Amino acid sequence: MSSSTESVKNPQEDKFAVWKEKANRYAQHVLALPNDSFEKTIAVALGLCLVGAVLVSGSAVALKSLQESNKSKDEKVNILEVAGLKSEGVNIDEAFKQIEPKIIDLATGNPVDNIDAKAFDQRKAAKDPAMSVTIPADEDIANIKRKAKYAKVYQVMEGGKVKAIILPVNGYGLWSTMYGFIALEGDGETVIGLNLYDQAETPGLGGEVVNPKWKALWKGKKVYNLAKKDVHESNLSEKGQTIETGEVALGLVKGNVDPSKPGAEYQVDALAGATLTSRGVSNLIRYWMGKDGFGPYLAKLRLARG
Amino acid sequence: MNAESKKVLVNAESKKVLIEPLVDNNPITLQVLGICSALAVTSQMSTALIMSLALTTVTAFSSAGIAAIRNHVPSSVRIIAQMVIIASLVIVVDQILKAFAYEVSKQLSVFVGLIITNCIVMGRAEAYAMKNPPWESFLDGIGNGLGYSLILISVAFVRELFGSGKLLGIDPIDVLPLMKDGGWYVPNGLLLLPPSAFFLIGLLIWGVRTWKPKQVEQADFAIMPAHGEAH
Repeated sequence: MSSSTESVKNPQEDKFAVWKEKANRYAQHVLALPNDSFEKTIAVALGLCLVGAVLVSGSAVALKSLQESNKSKDEKVNILEVAGLKSEGVNIDEAFKQIEPKIIDLATGNPVDNIDAKAFDQRKAAKDPAMSVTIPADEDIANIKRKAKYAKVYQVMEGGKVKAIILPVNGYGLWSTMYGFIALEGDGETVIGLNLYDQAETPGLGGEVVNPKWKALWKGKKVYNLAKKDVHESNLSEKGQTIETGEVALGLVKGNVDPSKPGAEYQVDALAGATLTSRGVSNLIRYWMGKDGFGPYLAKLRLARG
Repeated sequence: MNAESKKVLVNAESKKVLIEPLVDNNPITLQVLGICSALAVTSQMSTALIMSLALTTVTAFSSAGIAAIRNHVPSSVRIIAQMVIIASLVIVVDQILKAFAYEVSKQLSVFVGLIITNCIVMGRAEAYAMKNPPWESFLDGIGNGLGYSLILISVAFVRELFGSGKLLGIDPIDVLPLMKDGGWYVPNGLLLLPPSAFFLIGLLIWGVRTWKPKQVEQADFAIMPAHGEAH
């Protein structure tokens, strides 16, 4: 056995040495050529490309795991933050254990079981023609053109009951499509927080959507004015029953919200100097909380709660 | 490194290539290169700092790399050969930022990738690295990167301080208390928009050229007197 491996190994070493020798000789030959000769041009270009490719792919492969853990950690942090579950010294993975991702069908609001919630990427799905639908222009108030048929929602469970729900939202502001999460209490109408984690609005003006002081204004606001019913047929539910979602009343208003006035529970201060971003935020809330967004899901949640 | 090799490494030439780009031959104020990114990333100090670091690293290493092969680059594919080296380095820097400075890399987004097209990197490769040995080219890259950084950081300082009343994201109360938080300062929103960087860089160029009149360019054409003025 050992003798046979040796006999195989030796010729290989020989071959390697021969190749090395050949490569060396070729390199010297190329380097000695005049710079503008055809052969040298090709050889130098190929050599450079090879070195560049090794550098780029090497760094991409070596750093991939770090980058991915950054990305998933970042998403978890965003979700915990919007639900008010993030605080100093809390282990993110530990805190995330109480949160359960669920896939729901946006049209009916019913849970979908045949899609792996962990692997589902809603932003990718929204671009995939098989997984998404075009939004008709007259309904597209958030100006996002397409949406995924399914949505990944996060439920915070406590004692078998839904304590909070975290919903992904997106909509166009002034410069960019803003992506974020809105967290609601288990009642499906009281806001815990809004976190637009991915946006490219003007820093200092529209970019203030990330300002903690402004984000704090959302806590305790109500999404729906349940007195005004927005009734629509649930086209896919078995019994063809109608679903009542309240009218989406939550939005931004100019100036300071006077808490003593009626309707203040539906109003949040608009961002100073950022009319279009503020309008975008109002629109994305109106779209995603309405019947085309999470309206049916939230209505069913409220119904189940009684 | 012993004392002797240090002496060789930091000689008169290397000092010159390190110091000169700061004011006397600044890539932004004198050569007017790299303006695009100077407008885009200077609304905050943190992005300006990381951008400066990224650009300095890329310029230094790409210049060194290009200088190392300068005698064997066919002139017909000279630019593309430089681009391959620069682009590879930029992607590596981008990957490193994504792995180790995720927050900042999100803010810089596309601008790290755009270092590839930053005229400073290309300009130094063509103007210096193609004619000089690697070590000097490396220092030249560092020097020009620092010159760029100096302008970027000064502009970002003014824009962030007066545009949003903060510095490096420090709590606003520490720097300029904003009116909306009960202070006295009304932030100047214009400073947060890219055109303000144009004005600031323009003022800087004016300032530097007043201080060092040698940098004032000769007019390409003399303006002809209007007919009426001849009498």
